[in-house]
Amino acid sequence: MRHLLSAADLDRATAVHLLDTASQMAATQAREIKKLPTLRGRTVVNLFFEDSTRTRISFEAAAKRLSADVINFSAKGSSVSKGESLKDTALTLQAMGADAVVVRHQASGAPHRLAHSGWVDGAVVNAGDGTHQHPTQALLDAFTLRRHLRGDADNPDGVGLDLTGLHVAIVGDVLHSRVARSNVNLLHTLGAEVTLVAPPTLVPVGAESWTSRTSYHLDQVLADQQPDAIMMLRVQRERMGGDGTGAGRTGFFPSPLEYTRAYGLDARRLALLPEHAIVMHPGPMNRGLEISADAADSPRAVIVEQVANGVAVRMAVLYLLLAKEKETTP
Amino acid sequence: MPSGPAVPTDRPTDRPGDAADDAARGAEVLTAPEIGRALTRIAHEVLERNKGGTGLVLLGIPTRGLPLARRLAAKIAEVEPGLDAAALVGSLDVTMYRDDLHRHPTRTIGATDVPPGGVDDRTVVLVDDVLFSGRTIRAALDAINDLGRPRVVQLAVLVDRGHRELPIRADYVGKNLPTSLTEQVRVRLAEIDGEDSVRIAGGDR
Repeated sequence: MRHLLSAADLDRATAVHLLDTASQMAATQAREIKKLPTLRGRTVVNLFFEDSTRTRISFEAAAKRLSADVINFSAKGSSVSKGESLKDTALTLQAMGADAVVVRHQASGAPHRLAHSGWVDGAVVNAGDGTHQHPTQALLDAFTLRRHLRGDADNPDGVGLDLTGLHVAIVGDVLHSRVARSNVNLLHTLGAEVTLVAPPTLVPVGAESWTSRTSYHLDQVLADQQPDAIMMLRVQRERMGGDGTGAGRTGFFPSPLEYTRAYGLDARRLALLPEHAIVMHPGPMNRGLEISADAADSPRAVIVEQVANGVAVRMAVLYLLLAKEKETTP
Repeated sequence: MPSGPAVPTDRPTDRPGDAADDAARGAEVLTAPEIGRALTRIAHEVLERNKGGTGLVLLGIPTRGLPLARRLAAKIAEVEPGLDAAALVGSLDVTMYRDDLHRHPTRTIGATDVPPGGVDDRTVVLVDDVLFSGRTIRAALDAINDLGRPRVVQLAVLVDRGHRELPIRADYVGKNLPTSLTEQVRVRLAEIDGEDSVRIAGGDR
C-alpha cells in the first residue's frame, strides 16, 4: 500500500490487517502516555481545501500521537484564495519535504491526481474528495462495527475477524455522500450486506450496479431486514443548491419535515431495531432532520465512539504508509 | 532479539523428515529438555537475585519472548508458593519503538498487555528468545519508559549469540552461543512452531 485513495482499493486481507493494527493503536491510547516515537522526523501535511472539523483534528491527533510533525494547510487564508492551482500548491509542499499528504478536496479525484501526477513523492491519503470517497471514515465505521458486533469478552476488538453476516442499513443522502460510497465498497469487501435507504431523488444514477441493495422505505427495511447497524447520513444541504424556495427547502425533497417523517431516525424507529443494533452517524449531525435527539443520545448510539476510533484508525493508516522503507514503484 | 525479521510469517517453516532439508535446518544446539533445564535454572536465578518473587513482573517480547515468559512464570510459581503465574506475565510490543522501521517492509504490531499492578516500582524482567545486536532491548527499554517507572529492569534471554551493537547485557542467559554474523539462530517453541529446539544454520559449515 503506497497511497490510500479509495476504499475500493483495499482487499479483505489488507482491510483486516488495517483494522487489527488500529486495534493495537487504540490500546496505546488508553495509556497515560499516549505518544509513540514511531514516526519521529516524518512530516505529515494536512491539505484541506474543504471545511472539516473532526477529520482534520483526527488526522492531526493521529500524526502527533505517532510523533510526526504536522503542517496544517487550509484553503481559507492561503494562496488558494488568490487563485493558486492544486499543482502549484502540491509543488510547494513537495519542496518543503512532506512524507505524507492528507488531502480533502471538493473535486472528486483530486487525491488521485495528486498521487499519480508525480507532483509529490510522499504517500497520499484521501480524507474526502467531492462525492467520491472517504476511505478512513469507512475504515473507522468498519472498526466500530467489528468491535460492537463481532467482539466478545476474550477478543473485545474482534481482532482477525471480518464482518461476514452483518447487515448494515445506510440511510439518507446517498447521492452526495462519499461516506456511503466508501462504506458500500469496504463493508462488502469485509463480507457485510449493505442496504441503502433514500428517497429516489437522493439515490445516485447507477446505484443498482453497486454491491448493495436499495430501498425507498425505511420502515419496511427496519421491520423486514432487522439490520445489525443503522448508519444515518447527513443531509448535505450545502451541495443541494437553492432550488427550493427559502426555509431550508431544496429541490430534492418537499420539505425538511417531510424528509424527517419518511427517513429520520426517531424513538419509534429506534424501537423497531433489534436489541443489539447500533446507531452510527459520520457527523456532523443535523439534529431534528435525519436523526432525533432521542436516537442521537440513546445508549445504542456509538457516534462519539466513532470519533475516538477515527484517531486509532488514522494512526494505523499513517503507520502502514510511513513506517517502512520507501517504495519506488508507484 | 531474533536474528531474522521479527514477523513470524517471514520465518522459514522447515518441517522435520526430509534429509535434503537437514542442512538448511542446521545443527541443533539446544534440545527440548535442555531448553526446559535452562528455563528452570533462570527461574531460580531470578528468585535468588531478587530475594523472592515480591513485585516481580515478567514482560515477554512477542513473538517468542511471550511463551518463554509464560513458562518462566509457571516455573517461578512452582517454587515460590503464593505467586500466581498468570498475574506475573505481560507482553511488551516494541515494534513502534524500533530504530530500524524505515529499513524494512511494514512490521505487524503485537499486543502490549501489562499485568494488573502495572510496572511502577516493580522488578521487571524482560524476556526474549535471542539477544543479538541489543536493538530490540533498547526499544523495549523505551517502551517500558512510556508505561511507568519500574524499580529495576533485568533481562533474561534463552540464547545470547553475541555481536552487540549497543552497551546492553543480559542478566540471565540460557546458553551463550558464539556465532558468526552469517549464521542464523532459529528458536522454535512448542506454543508457536509445534516443537522446542534451537538450531544454528548458514555460515561456512
